[in-house]
Amino acid sequence: MPTWTQVCRLDDLDVERGAAAIVGSGQVAVFRLHDGSVHAVGNLDPFSGAQVLARGIVGTRGGTDFVASPMHKQGFDLRTGRCLDDPDIAVPVYAVRVVEGVVEVSP
Amino acid sequence: MTRSTLVVVGHGMVGHRVVECAVERGLTAEWDVVVLGEETRPAYNRVGLSSYLSGTDADGLSLLPSGGYDDPAVDLRLDSPVVGVDRERQVVMTSSGEVTAYDVLVLATGSVPFVPPLPGRDATGCFVYRTIDDLDAIRDAAATARTGIVVGGGLLGLEAANALLHLALETHVVEMAPRLMPLQVDDAGGAVLRRHVEGLGVRVHCDARTESVLVDDDGRAAGLAIADAPPITADVVVFSAGIRPRDQVARQCGLGVAERGGILVDEQCRTDDPAIFAVGECAAPGGRVYGLVAPGYAMAEVVVDRLLGGDRGFTGADMSTKLKLLGVDVASFGDTSGSDDTLDLVFSDQVTGVYKRLLVDADGARLRGGILVGDASAYGVLRPLATSGASLPDDVESLLLPLGADAAALTDQAVVCSCRNVDRATISGTIRENGCTDLGCVKKCTTAGTVCGSCAPVVKGLLDAELAAAGVVVPNGICEHFELSRQDMFDVIRVQQLRTFDAIVAAHGRGRGCDICKPAIASILASQTGGYVLGRETVALQDTNDAFLANIQRNGTYSVVPRVPGGEITPDKLIVIGEVARDFALYTKITGGQRIDLLGARVEQLPQIWRRLVDAGFESGHAYGKALRTVKSCVGSTWCRYGVQDSVRLAIDLELRYRGLRAPHKIKAGVSGCARECAEARSKDVGVIATERGWNLYVGGNGGASPRHARELAGDLDTETLVRYVDRFLMYYVRTADRLQRTAAWIESVDGGLDHVRAVVVDDVLGLGADLEADLTAHVASYADEWQTTLDDPDALRRFVSFVNARETPDPSIGFVAERGQPRPAEPVLVAGDSIPVGAP
Repeated sequence: MPTWTQVCRLDDLDVERGAAAIVGSGQVAVFRLHDGSVHAVGNLDPFSGAQVLARGIVGTRGGTDFVASPMHKQGFDLRTGRCLDDPDIAVPVYAVRVVEGVVEVSP
Repeated sequence: MTRSTLVVVGHGMVGHRVVECAVERGLTAEWDVVVLGEETRPAYNRVGLSSYLSGTDADGLSLLPSGGYDDPAVDLRLDSPVVGVDRERQVVMTSSGEVTAYDVLVLATGSVPFVPPLPGRDATGCFVYRTIDDLDAIRDAAATARTGIVVGGGLLGLEAANALLHLALETHVVEMAPRLMPLQVDDAGGAVLRRHVEGLGVRVHCDARTESVLVDDDGRAAGLAIADAPPITADVVVFSAGIRPRDQVARQCGLGVAERGGILVDEQCRTDDPAIFAVGECAAPGGRVYGLVAPGYAMAEVVVDRLLGGDRGFTGADMSTKLKLLGVDVASFGDTSGSDDTLDLVFSDQVTGVYKRLLVDADGARLRGGILVGDASAYGVLRPLATSGASLPDDVESLLLPLGADAAALTDQAVVCSCRNVDRATISGTIRENGCTDLGCVKKCTTAGTVCGSCAPVVKGLLDAELAAAGVVVPNGICEHFELSRQDMFDVIRVQQLRTFDAIVAAHGRGRGCDICKPAIASILASQTGGYVLGRETVALQDTNDAFLANIQRNGTYSVVPRVPGGEITPDKLIVIGEVARDFALYTKITGGQRIDLLGARVEQLPQIWRRLVDAGFESGHAYGKALRTVKSCVGSTWCRYGVQDSVRLAIDLELRYRGLRAPHKIKAGVSGCARECAEARSKDVGVIATERGWNLYVGGNGGASPRHARELAGDLDTETLVRYVDRFLMYYVRTADRLQRTAAWIESVDGGLDHVRAVVVDDVLGLGADLEADLTAHVASYADEWQTTLDDPDALRRFVSFVNARETPDPSIGFVAERGQPRPAEPVLVAGDSIPVGAP
């Protein structure tokens, strides 16, 4: 049984802009996309070592929803965590659900 | 096999070409090359010498920017003037006593300016115009001078006059002949040229025979005495009345020289000693000296060809020239002497100052030559038409009209670049074979257009034709989501009044955008609407710096830079900055833009810091934005004993006028209160330097990885005109530059370069002036401090938290250690390897 952590109300998230949240002992970057879906990946940018992915620009690259690190612009697939610029690198992805207008993340 | 030694005496443009050609054609596989240069600098582009005083530094003129040749067989020795040749022993001697043996010697000693034998010509304040050192000396003298005279109204004389104008001297040109450039243009062309030149403030004296240099009691030049005319007073006299070949070394060792100077050589460029060649302006093939670079290059190539066993010869040269003198195009090509069997086609527009004369065969079938003054845009096509003898189109007169000359009219054999002798077939073939898609690639692969640049528009035309024929569409869209360039994007957004990303992508793009197009669109919307950058519709488009109105640092914290207009700040405000930095434990550093950087703030601290600063009268300095950063100033005439204008006042006014203007890239400006230039204004996008009569305006300066000096856009402006020109310049840049293109690169990229920008900004040739000023005025009216607006906007403020589910909690991953009494980021633990890509913000 996955456990779920309530993060915020869906309305607290701007469309195509991330927000960081503490989930368990780590940091998660939560994104609300244009199509209404919500995704979560680790907030740690593996290239710079800073907890900043929630502050990246969100968009599409070749049809893939992605966030660009605000530090040096590497792209990360929001669904798989895979780095689009370096196949050897990935960030963790987390399950997300919206229950009665509240965003929940499973650590 | 033993190697032979080729010694080249002289490292000017032609000496350099000998070496370049020897390397390119493989001569260095069997030959060592020793080059003995007299100057301390390697070869530089003398054709562009006056640009040295308008922004191009010595490195920019250099033909060998790395300072040496890659080929290890080439030994370049500078500062080594040759004083003698011993033909018996086959050695050359330099002034330092060094002796170098040769198997083959090439003399490329060039020429010296001719100074007429006038009384007083050696007085202090008399100069010639030939080397960078000459220009440095003239510049030093000009610093304390008011008036300068150039003796000689030919091509070099007008170049020298241009130099004096750049040095802000009242400039006279004295020419013995009845017109300027007597060798290149006819009387009617000379009259048009004279009107242009006088329009720039140059005083022209034709039919004027100089009798002597007037010398004052201190032995300094005081002016010129002119026969049958009043004397002209001046502090600087520049002789530019022709050249004389430097053939002394050849004379000393007994080589034959021509009657009027120049080392006599045959078609192989060989002197009467078979082991010695001479090339360039020191040589006289058939007794004639050629004072242009293209024939010199041709001679250099002949010599190398002969050493490789080839049979090329030099049998005369195309003496065509095209120059931009004092901003005026002047060109002559082919045979311009005219005779009974040629007909004239003349176009003369005295309103705009354009004169064109073409000489064609009596049957109108072939172009013999021509003269162009005021508009030489057709030169690149007309010159090869004349020299290749190609048939003319039926409507010959179309060649006289603007744009009438089309690259398509050229035959395959037509030489497009006469400096490097590259024909049309070679250029088109190279474009096809190498798949060139831009002009830079074509220039690199063919060398066409790399010397005087006059053929570049034709080369570009050939490139466009090849690309069109190959069906290649050169993508100029800014990213995968838009096929529009930034400039096109700016225009459609303005014309269609689009105000949201969704509307723009629906009309012109695909997908949901990315880190390239979104900030570009956010910037365009901010430039056009002056709206708040963190509004609901735009916040998601902003890069993190704009989204948090601060600069992200390597550990995810931000830096805060309050605006300090002109760098002027009261002690009380300094104390507030100190108190804020102390209370929030921020690392503090003085910036290069005369303000103070406070580093290490977490996102939730930013509004608290701004509150303290705003309450003390500060506002955002836009250090995070692609926007105006600072206007740096010196203390100016208020305090400085040298200052001639109030530079601080102007810097503050400019900074407050342009603050917050979003642009394709950051914009920096500077104002200096006198010519000493303590504000380093010429390293800025917009630089202003005070003169006794007002302000000189410079544009396109840049520090950073590609340093550029700003070049003069206009001089001696009153403050109102200055501001109007800066308004127009900045808005034209905002409208038309590519994303992340600084003004220097933008000016280089626009067709026509700085001259085009000047035509738009100063002469208003596109009629855009009022429109550009209105946009800027609207920006000024709509300006609001973004920090204050954010503090007043609860919807924006709610984003300034480290965690959406723990709003009061600071990010525990951010740590600091102490260094030199201040905090600095603790080293992060890297997951993706131990190196961070270069390019930190």
